[in-house]
Amino acid sequence: MEYSDKVMDHFTNPRNTGEIPDADGTGTVGNVKCGDIMKMDLKIENDIIKDAKFKTFGCGAAVATSSMATELIKGKNVDEAMDITNKAVMEALDGLPPIKVHCSCLAEEAIHAALWDYSQKTGRKIKGLKKPVNDIEELHLDD
Amino acid sequence: MIYLDNAATTPVRPEVFEEMKPYFTEHFGNASSIYSIAKDSKKAMDKARKQVADAIGAKPEEIFFTGCGSESDNWALKGTADALSKKGKHIITTKIEHHAILHTAEFLEKHGFEVTYLDVDKYGFINIEELKKAIRDDTILISVMFANNEIGTIEPIAEIGKIAHERGILFHTDAVQAMGHVKIDVNKMNIDMLSISGHKLGAQKGIGVLYKRNGIKISQLIHGGAQEQQQRAGTENIPAIVGLGKAAELAVKEMDETNARITKLRDKLINGLLEKIPYCSLNGHPSKRLPGNVNMSFDFIEGESMLLMLDMKGICASSGSACTSSSLDPSHVLLAIGLPHEKAHGSLRFTIGRENTEEDIDYVIETLPPIVEKLRAMSPLYEDFLKKNKQ
Repeated sequence: MEYSDKVMDHFTNPRNTGEIPDADGTGTVGNVKCGDIMKMDLKIENDIIKDAKFKTFGCGAAVATSSMATELIKGKNVDEAMDITNKAVMEALDGLPPIKVHCSCLAEEAIHAALWDYSQKTGRKIKGLKKPVNDIEELHLDD
Repeated sequence: MIYLDNAATTPVRPEVFEEMKPYFTEHFGNASSIYSIAKDSKKAMDKARKQVADAIGAKPEEIFFTGCGSESDNWALKGTADALSKKGKHIITTKIEHHAILHTAEFLEKHGFEVTYLDVDKYGFINIEELKKAIRDDTILISVMFANNEIGTIEPIAEIGKIAHERGILFHTDAVQAMGHVKIDVNKMNIDMLSISGHKLGAQKGIGVLYKRNGIKISQLIHGGAQEQQQRAGTENIPAIVGLGKAAELAVKEMDETNARITKLRDKLINGLLEKIPYCSLNGHPSKRLPGNVNMSFDFIEGESMLLMLDMKGICASSGSACTSSSLDPSHVLLAIGLPHEKAHGSLRFTIGRENTEEDIDYVIETLPPIVEKLRAMSPLYEDFLKKNKQ
């Protein structure tokens, strides 16, 4: 299995890691069972995503897709953010090995979970956004 | 580069390669032919067969060369199942076997056999009482690995063999990881069949052995010509066989000295990492493990990420994380010893070989802590843990 140079770049020097303490939207997806958890914080002003930060427990592809997703989402308005699909993240990374495609789905889900949180808090409807299926309210280390 | 994945494969030892060389271009004859260059091949093969036999206390005619360790495992299980299906259709093995055993057992289940997969304790040991209880009147085979490839746990093989023989059941052991690292005596240990793989002990890839005690009749796996006493067809891979013979001889001759040195390095690595890195733990038993095996879990982070970063620093290791395999589940061995998924995902295996030095170990002890720190800094699990601790 081999990662593209872009994946390795985003894995080695991940962009936007960390937290946003006063985030307007936060989403955590994945689970410890499959070994990937992604948490995304968004700072949103006037519908524009001003900042995005992530924390990820996972493999190289999980870290790289998180990093790329935050890069792609910054500066977009919340409706445009829905266009950042797993395919878009993957393409931006020059592809992923077939068994790692699920990691890119997680990045898309993390965006949706964070947007959902924002939508719930503000009442701002976002077209096409559904309640995330595997949003994690709280992480349980011991389960 | 610091190679610490000797349980995956080893380089061919220079002495072994020297011994093999003439059999590629000079003594290339087919051992089945009549002319003199073929006799050279035959002679070389006989010598290698004796070398392997001597290494495990067997007789030369009990050594059958195969294509790999997986073939040996397949042959032992499928061959026994086919030959003894009238006697019974029950097989006992463990949950921590290599996939060459587990997937073969699953295949046999699809063909009407019943398989009991024994649990193991937190160190990876089977429970002898459970084994006794699992034995039925229709049990035809017990297959328990000699030493585990992931956590290095060495099973009580002689005891298992004794129980099998008391009940008149054949006993097979996958000794792919143990061969050359642990003393093996097939007679004292009551072993009927034993699998070996060449490339784990300094011979080349693509050569294996099934030791099969005299008098044991199992069905053939590879049909064709009359090679290997008409029990395993296929033109013999003479250079590989010669190499395996030499590698087996060397490994046994040097075992005490090599093991003493490697065990010291192993314990240094384990203790060094435990000391330097918080929230990490050893998987497997502290002492009843293969001399070169180190398997540890690092909380809150994932194995493949660690491997990629280690690779950038020139260190080759492996992990039980799902992300290093093609499935979504982490190592079945780590789950079987009771690790929660996240600890299994966060595991690293370093397997020390005869070429590793103390400097290599020092370098790992120095290199890994900042990698763990970097990954924890971006782990939501670690963040969550720290927040909970504050409360």
